[in-house]
Amino acid sequence: MAIDNETVKRVAFLSRLKIEDDKLEETKEEFNKILNWVEQLNEVNTDGVEPLISVNDSNLLLRHDEVTEGNQADAVLKNAPQAQYGYFTVPKVVE
Amino acid sequence: MTGMIIETEKGKWEIICGLEIHCQIISNSKIFSGASTHYGSDANENVAFIDAGMPGMLPSLNERCVYQAVKTGLGLNAQINKYSEFSRKNYFYADLPQGYQITQFRYPIVGEGKVTVDLSDGTAKEIGIERMHIEQDAGKSIHDMAPDKSFIDLNRAGVGLMEIVTKPDFRAPEEAGAFLRKLRSILRYLGTCDGNMDEGSMRCDVNVSVRPLGSNEFRTRCEMKNVNSVKFVMTAIENEARRHIEVYENGGEIAQETRQFDPSTGKTKAMRKKEFAHDYRYFPEPDLLPLVLDDDYIARIKADMPELPDAKKSRFVNELGLTAYDAEVICENKETADFFEKAAKGHDAKKVANWLMGDFFGMLNEKKVELKDSPVSAENLGKLVELVTSNVINGKTAKDVFAIMADTGADPEKIVEEKGLKQVTDTGAIEAIVDEVIASSPDNVAAYKGGKTNLIGWFVGQVMKKSQGKANPGVVNNLLKQKLG
Repeated sequence: MAIDNETVKRVAFLSRLKIEDDKLEETKEEFNKILNWVEQLNEVNTDGVEPLISVNDSNLLLRHDEVTEGNQADAVLKNAPQAQYGYFTVPKVVE
Repeated sequence: MTGMIIETEKGKWEIICGLEIHCQIISNSKIFSGASTHYGSDANENVAFIDAGMPGMLPSLNERCVYQAVKTGLGLNAQINKYSEFSRKNYFYADLPQGYQITQFRYPIVGEGKVTVDLSDGTAKEIGIERMHIEQDAGKSIHDMAPDKSFIDLNRAGVGLMEIVTKPDFRAPEEAGAFLRKLRSILRYLGTCDGNMDEGSMRCDVNVSVRPLGSNEFRTRCEMKNVNSVKFVMTAIENEARRHIEVYENGGEIAQETRQFDPSTGKTKAMRKKEFAHDYRYFPEPDLLPLVLDDDYIARIKADMPELPDAKKSRFVNELGLTAYDAEVICENKETADFFEKAAKGHDAKKVANWLMGDFFGMLNEKKVELKDSPVSAENLGKLVELVTSNVINGKTAKDVFAIMADTGADPEKIVEEKGLKQVTDTGAIEAIVDEVIASSPDNVAAYKGGKTNLIGWFVGQVMKKSQGKANPGVVNNLLKQKLG
């Protein structure tokens, strides 16, 4: 599987990564290298093998419905680039 | 009933509509964190680090949310999937700090089901449920606090949601409205979601397309997100269908897109398309194992199920003799149904229903109080009806007693006792008054005998007045007719 520059641009947009035009070619090459490496897996015959969801062979543990966290707005906002009146603030997003 | 058919000069069209409803799960804490779900707290106070998308934090599934989802699935007569999986749905938005939503994709917890809705023409229609999955809610963006900024509150981020997806079974706005009311009623009976569309604890996405009447094709559909009342959903369906028809009849094509419903105009408008050309790149959530339920667990929840509106309604009709309409009205709301049942216990249920839906609801409206704060208790309403059915007081006195009950909350038996309102059924005593009235109004007696028989009402009125309203009207009527002969 080989990808083209358009796909690189699209993936970059979806990931909100900025890739300058002069870096496109190089990024595409790296992408393809990674994909080719992963494609080695296609050599393994997986007919009749159930997908492995986790190497952890136990059931999902559930938590009791209790309030154990919260009341820490200051800590939550501590790393925010911008905050005001207890809210995160971001450039205006209007739908 | 047949669906709504939109007829234009050029042809007849049919509406095809499906709904996706997001319902906030009632639980104390969030679906994957131990932060509170309380509504109305100060901004960002109900936030655990994982809700804020801090690196290195792990989700931990709340057992209550699983329980509520299974219970809801059973309430929708749906398949409960013993195996389900969580996935990540990737997108960027300021109120989704993780950059992905943990949801269920390929293996939802609830599969196909069905809900029956009653329509205004007396018919019923079955609406198919496609699936229901559980997921986390996003935070809230507030756009009107500053001209150049949006404010983000993450208190809602991570609250558990059930997303219910219907089959495209709706053929008229009314059917969608009836379904939403029915769904809300079921959720409230189950106690799994409070169903308040205006507070956003139940939110509806509407998918609409049209096709020429008689065709079987499915044309391109448009989606309207977060339409927040039953009425708006119905308006959105009709107006969007009309827009499609106009485009088709002018030779155009409909593009698949997300549109926004504007409640002030009732119209829909396109959102910027590029922004919403989503590619969610779902993949299995690596931080959560699959959810596996066993038969015992599901059986235990089944045993916990309350009687649902449909079952209650048919019991009220079949066992208590209510009309289908009365039963429907009383059962829509669980509190009303419980109140009715308490009031009707041991008394004439049909009469209790009449009082409930007439004077009682009227009184609540007038006093602007909720049922739970009613000054008239269920027991006292039942007693009042009993006083009438056992002829202790007549219907007219009952209205007066009810007014006193509404003001004081007193027991009707005590009111009747203290105010001496027991009706006189003793024929001798009534006869004396009747004779007195006849003797004192010879003109009217002559007129009555001369053919003006509608004067009977006047005579009854006179007798009732002299008896201070306590005479049994039936007895009075009979005696008068006998004597005026």
